[in-house]
This record gives sequence, C-alpha cells and structure tokens, in this order.
Amino acid sequence: MALLKLDNTTIRFGGLVAVNAVNLEVEEGEILALIGPNGAGKSTIFNLITGIYPPTEGNISFKGKSIAGLSPHIIAGSGIGRTFQNIRLFGEQTVLDNVLIGAHTRGKWNLTGALLQYLPAVRREEGRLLELAIRCLTKVDLAHKACELACNLPYGEQRRLEIARALAIEPALILLDEPAAGMNPQEKQTLLKMVRNIRDDGVTVFLVEHDMKFVMGLSDRIAVLDYGSKIADGSPEEVRANPAVIEAYLGKGAAH
Amino acid sequence: MFQNMLNSLDPYTMQILVNIGIGIILALGLNIITGLTGQLSLGHAAFMSVGAFAGALLTIKTGVPFYLNILLSGLITAVVAAAIGWPILRLTGDYLAICTLGFAEIVKVVFLNLEVTNKALGLTVPTPRSDLSMPVIVLIVVVLVIAASAFIENSRFGRALKAIRDDEIAAESMGINIARYKVQSFAVSAFMAGVGGCLYAHFLGYINPSDFGFIKSIDMLSMVVLGGLGSIPGTVFGATILSAAPEFLRFMSQYRMLVYGALLVFLMVFRPNGLLGGIDFTGLVLRKLGVKPRGEIRKEGGH
Repeated sequence: MALLKLDNTTIRFGGLVAVNAVNLEVEEGEILALIGPNGAGKSTIFNLITGIYPPTEGNISFKGKSIAGLSPHIIAGSGIGRTFQNIRLFGEQTVLDNVLIGAHTRGKWNLTGALLQYLPAVRREEGRLLELAIRCLTKVDLAHKACELACNLPYGEQRRLEIARALAIEPALILLDEPAAGMNPQEKQTLLKMVRNIRDDGVTVFLVEHDMKFVMGLSDRIAVLDYGSKIADGSPEEVRANPAVIEAYLGKGAAH
Repeated sequence: MFQNMLNSLDPYTMQILVNIGIGIILALGLNIITGLTGQLSLGHAAFMSVGAFAGALLTIKTGVPFYLNILLSGLITAVVAAAIGWPILRLTGDYLAICTLGFAEIVKVVFLNLEVTNKALGLTVPTPRSDLSMPVIVLIVVVLVIAASAFIENSRFGRALKAIRDDEIAAESMGINIARYKVQSFAVSAFMAGVGGCLYAHFLGYINPSDFGFIKSIDMLSMVVLGGLGSIPGTVFGATILSAAPEFLRFMSQYRMLVYGALLVFLMVFRPNGLLGGIDFTGLVLRKLGVKPRGEIRKEGGH
C-alpha cells in the first residue's frame, strides 16, 4: 500500500485549475521528486497535502486514511513534515528553538506543564524534546549553531534548518519544497547526502526541485507536472527519455 | 518584618508603589497575548473591569476570603475571555484590534446599565478581610505573575505561542493548533488582567465602569510597548515608569498626555523594539556571575 495517495486530486482557484485530476502514489521508503515548469502546480500539490488548501475534488490519503480537508496541524501531527519554498523560519528565535517548535507534536505538556515546569514528568519531557532537537540538528550538521538566531544563518544553512525542523516532527513522510534552491554546488552535494541519510533513517522523501542534476542524482522515481496535470511518472531514465516531458520543458519540435 | 517595613511607608509612597504593582500585573498579562502571541488587543481594560466588578461583587455579596476572591475574579475573567476569544481570535491584525476595541466598549456599556453593578454610580468596595495588608498582597501577586510569565515563556506552551506570533502558516505546519493556543493565551492574559482589576477595585475602594475605557487599554499597551513587546523585564520596566509617571508629572498634569505622546513617538523612532526589547537578560546576568551562556560555549567548542 502506498504511504501517500493522491486520488484524482483537483483544486480550482476561481476559473483557474491549478491542479487537475492528479493521481500519484508515494511508496514507503522511496525518494520521489516532483518536477515541472514554473507555475505547473508543484507547490500547490504540497499545500494540498499539508492541508493549507482543501482539494476542490478528489481525495488524498495518508497511511490509508483520508486527510483531505483536515486542518494543517492535524495532518502535521499524523506524520507529515514539510519545508517551504520561500523559507519560513522563526527568524528572531534561536536555531534550537526553531527545531524545538518542530518537536511540538512530540510533547504533550501545555499550560500546566509551563507553570509546573519543575515537576519531574515535565522536565523529563523537556529533556526528551531537547535531545530530539539536537539529534535533528546533527543530521543537517547545524548542532554547533544551536544558539544563534535563525535569521543570522547563511541561506544554505537556513534551508537545512528548515529540514531539521521538519524532521523534529519525527515524520513518516517529509515534503521538501525546492531544498537546493539558492545553494552552491558544494552545498548541493552535502544536501544530497543528507537527504539520502534521511531516507535511510526510514523517512519517505517527496521533493519538488528545479535543479535537474540534483533530482536525477537523488530520486528513485520522478513525476512530472505540466499545467496542473501529471504528464509522466517513472524512473529518472524513463522520464528523461519521455517525449511529453521534453516537450513541456523545451517546447514542441525539440522531441524529434 | 517585611510587612512592617511596608506599613511604615507613608501612605502617598505606598499608593504609588501599589499602583506600580497593579500596573505590572496588567502589563504582564497583556504581554502574554500581544507580546508573546502577537495578537494585538486594544480592549484589555475590559478584562480588568470584569475582574474588578467580579471581585467587588464577591466581596459585597459573599464575603469569601480575599485570596480566594482574587483567584475567582481571575478565573471568571478568563472564562469570559475564552468565550469571546473563540470567535474573534480567528481574525488577525487590524481586524482583531478593532474587534477587541468594540468588545471593550460593549463591556463598559453593559456595566453602566446593569442594576447589580450600580449603573453609572459605580460600586463602593469594602476593605477586604485579610491578614495581610494590601501592599504585601500586591507584591506577592506581582512576584507570582512575573514567575508565571517567565515559566510560560520558557516552555513548550510558550514556544507554540511565539511560533504563532512569528509565522502562523509555519506554526500550523509544525502541528500547532493555532486556534486553541490563541484562545488559551487570551484566557491566561485575561486571568492576569482580572486579578489586576480585582486588586485595583479593593485597593481604591471605589470603581466606576468609566474608569475602564479606551484610555486605560491604551495605557496598558503603552507600558508593554515602552518596555519592549515580549520582554518580561521590559514590560516590568515600562509598567513601573508609566504607573509612576503621572505622580512625577503632576506639576504639569495638563500636559501629561503631550509628554506621553512625544515619548512614544521618540521611542518608535529610536528604539522600535522598546527600551529593553531584544536584550538577553539571562545571558547578561550569567556573564556578570562569571558563567558563560550556553551559546558561547558552543561557539568556542564548535568551529
């Protein structure tokens, strides 16, 4: 059974069909990339999965249960972590606090816990969250910057911090929205290894990315989106040779 | 001993001190919803008045012990805030501010027309039955409210509030139930306002719905903004200055609001984060004590 399944998922904004009857399955343990020209609806698909928008038609199911129309916080709590295309860190807070906020669903003490924070049970939980946060920071090699403000990090590290924050949910599925954007070649290489390690730790990875070299080198499978519709789906080699894909990227005539 | 010391102060000084104390309680309450959670409330005086009238009526009608009265006034106010917060906290920014403003006016008008609150004549509040004198009680509550604020700021609960303040979409993508946390934060904030209002009523001995108008809400907001939104030391500092200022500016009382306004304008130009905003006090204190804050140890140990 697929971990995540988009079933005829459609969203319309007024007259614009941003995502048109997309069928897509993300298998457990794979790295799946979603590519497509600008405005194809890639980020919209992420926003549909995470509940920022409810689908107009069709269904989305995660671990066999429908999540279409649920609030974002419930979907996140069920085990889907995400990063954002335009970085959305809590800039004025420390790197560590950013990841601790990501670990929110891993704790349960609320206001009472805050007021009685010297209770052994509360301290244990706080210790556990702290350990989890440091572990996530170590995975993206940012543990040594734990106490810096997030906004003071260089761009590439901010992208990695977003990944650490999403990992702190301890998700079954992580959605990475253009993780390599704005990175230099070395940073991309490091990121490639990090994403592989994340998958090897048992987290399924679903990413949107523009950098073809990065996508081809990383993904097990690639899905291609054009004008809101899925036009191809398969291994990197298959997708590279697919005439419809070449046409979408380079225009008519190039396929011949 | 301490009580004797406080009681030996002359009544005038004591009154200023109690005013400062109540100001700190109110401002720290407002800081939770506006400073920590980022939701602008322009009607916090309404919660203060709910606490004040609840406390006054409890003393007049039931005569419960004073400490219980303080707690109950706070709780009643928190319940009112949760009920009103559930629908209006879906709004953000200006719309929420306008809504809280309208709510405050409604509360004022309701109290002005209710038989039980003695309409526009206001209520005379009898001196509370308590072993401790008023300044001591206010001092204890101030300490408790400061401690509660600090605890909330450094907890899973507080982190969720700060996440909502900084980016709602990112916060809910991290699994934070925004609606619930906003209402809880609003209720905690109102609890403190209610406690402050209850103390105010019993300290002054007379309350009138018109005391809790728009100006009072703005007073509270200025305290938080002057010291630094979201900063506990800043808020305490701001509340202290602005609660004491009317006394020191008494010789020019007609121009008081002028000075006030000018002060806020200068502040926004030169220190938009507030006088003490953005200063890491824990770090400062630790360094003074010769202990290195965590961050610096990591920095030296790292690269």
